Amino acid sequence: MATKTRTIEVELSTSGLDRSGKPQRVPLVTNDGGTAIAFEEPLALEPALDGEHMLINLGPQHPATHGVLRLVLELDGETVVRCIPHIGYLHCGFEKTGEYRQYNQIIPWTDREDYLNAPGNNVAMALGAERLFGIEITERCKVLRVIACELSRIMSHLVWLGTTSIDIGAYTPFLWSFHQRELIYQLLEAWTGARLTTSLTRVGGLMADIPDGWTDNARSFLGGFNKVLDDVEKLLTNNGIWVGRTVGLGVMSPEEAINWGLSGSMVRASGVSYDVRKDFPYLDYETYDFEVPVGVNGDVYDRYLVRVEEMRQSVRIVQQALDRLPDGPINVDDARVILPSKTKATSGMESMIHHFKQVMEGPRPPVGEAYVAVESPRGEKGYYMVSDGTAKPVRWRIRPPSFINLSAIPKMVEGHLLSDVIAINASIDVVLGEIDR
Amino acid sequence: MNELTESFDIVSVGSALTNAAPPATPKNVPHRGGDVNPSADALKQQFGDAILRASVGWGETTVFVVRERAGEIIRWLHDDPSQQYDYLADVTAVEYRETEVPIEVVWHLRSLPYRRFLRIKTELPKDAPLEVDSVWGIYRSADWLERECYDMFGIKFIGHPDLRRLLMWEQYKEGYPLRKDFPLRGRFSRSEQLRQALAANPESRYSMEELTVAEAFSEIPEDMRRRLASGERTGE
Repeated sequence: MATKTRTIEVELSTSGLDRSGKPQRVPLVTNDGGTAIAFEEPLALEPALDGEHMLINLGPQHPATHGVLRLVLELDGETVVRCIPHIGYLHCGFEKTGEYRQYNQIIPWTDREDYLNAPGNNVAMALGAERLFGIEITERCKVLRVIACELSRIMSHLVWLGTTSIDIGAYTPFLWSFHQRELIYQLLEAWTGARLTTSLTRVGGLMADIPDGWTDNARSFLGGFNKVLDDVEKLLTNNGIWVGRTVGLGVMSPEEAINWGLSGSMVRASGVSYDVRKDFPYLDYETYDFEVPVGVNGDVYDRYLVRVEEMRQSVRIVQQALDRLPDGPINVDDARVILPSKTKATSGMESMIHHFKQVMEGPRPPVGEAYVAVESPRGEKGYYMVSDGTAKPVRWRIRPPSFINLSAIPKMVEGHLLSDVIAINASIDVVLGEIDR
Repeated sequence: MNELTESFDIVSVGSALTNAAPPATPKNVPHRGGDVNPSADALKQQFGDAILRASVGWGETTVFVVRERAGEIIRWLHDDPSQQYDYLADVTAVEYRETEVPIEVVWHLRSLPYRRFLRIKTELPKDAPLEVDSVWGIYRSADWLERECYDMFGIKFIGHPDLRRLLMWEQYKEGYPLRKDFPLRGRFSRSEQLRQALAANPESRYSMEELTVAEAFSEIPEDMRRRLASGERTGE
């Protein structure tokens, strides 16, 4: 077990004058038996206006809500008394549409619901369909899928890091992290031909093998990436403004985090080491050597630390996967789900009929149901599909992690200042495409 | 200059669960295969006839329970020290294409200390009101999950404190989108949908609860205030 201890040095800030005219010093963090509590007393420069509550809309068209989220906030001065979230502005009926699509046709939809984690969603969807069909995929496919999942985790966390630092007032990390994200996009583009909507997997395999020389490019990206993370951490981790704007905000205790159903970095920042990759492994994650970072206080700052550390661990996983990448086919040898090759389909009658029926009617799984959860950058991403023996699922359910993480936002923001709502909302890492589906 | 120390630990999995019972065999719980979850037998012993049947498929155990006792059974699974299903992964429903088959409500439960996954199902016949116990009092994560299920299927969760529509707006009149009798393109024509959207009242986007905030109340139009004062709910 590796243990790291970090020391943060924070200056006490001078926030203003108190009622007697002396400079008021507000401790940014009070360490009370290991628990961080910030802003014990709000800045009381004026007497509170009792009873004069104000109702404001945060969003839906506001860049800091990361999409079309609308929070109706009841304010007492600048303090949030009540928060009522409204979602559904991006609802487009993915689950309903899935009931009218074959399993392979659903995969492009999974790109578009959580658009920051498209490869990971593709993998989850394919894993679910493969469990229904009873297919065990090839070794090379497994390793390539792990690489795709972890690269997309890094990519998503980089977007989170960049946008959150902009929300809180730091601009440079945004540029640096988006540059790194661009490098991953180039890798994905070389592999799949697409940058954002990859549609990487097929039931039983992948849409394409990696091109020649791809692993070298991936290694050279990984070689430079940790350095950039170190630089970003130098800017943020001990930065007094960053610490002051994140520590002690939106605290969830471990019991609360479990009871509210949080997952991913949210629950791990609260001190619960729940990671689907470790607890309910898929794709042979139990054979990779990586660690799960766990926070202590469950506040916005810990979520930042956990996510940065997760990127480092993902780099480790990708490196191991590149080292062990075996040769061999990427698709299973199963005529139920895999198309015949193009040359066969255009030259042999049986293969052509097979190809035609496969495309027009679609493969049919046996009657059954499967719930497959993967660790998306936002948490436990589950696909629950029910088959009645036809080519289209009876029910295709997405278990969106940030939907459930966001449902705890009233608990996290109430009692904090309005400007802290931005930081707390950013720390949830919401993707509204996934929340509204 | 004040110095304060924050420790940031990386721990291996399973050891960071605070105050929980020690995990049974955290590294040796089988993840794959068709083993039945031992909780199915425990449920049968504890509740007897309330457990209708259990099945295992692809390593996932499904337990069918009678509708009236679903909430009680899930509470036992949450509270009993030998089960500890402390994490509610999902609440959803399934409607089959055959119209006579009842709608199923599905709870996906996880026990983090024991690393177990259990699916609880109950059947709601279509000729009776679609109602089932809420698990809001046990798991707060059920809050939005149950609201969404109500929104999409029209299933009423008895005991949920705020069962409103979630993804669709409160004035939505076309029914429940994920029901099988709901057409893919919606019930209303595009022109009718557009007409309703343009005719919608802006203040109807607020819930009754929000409009009771003092300042907001004084700023809304007179007729709206009268309607609210008479106890009328927005939407519905």
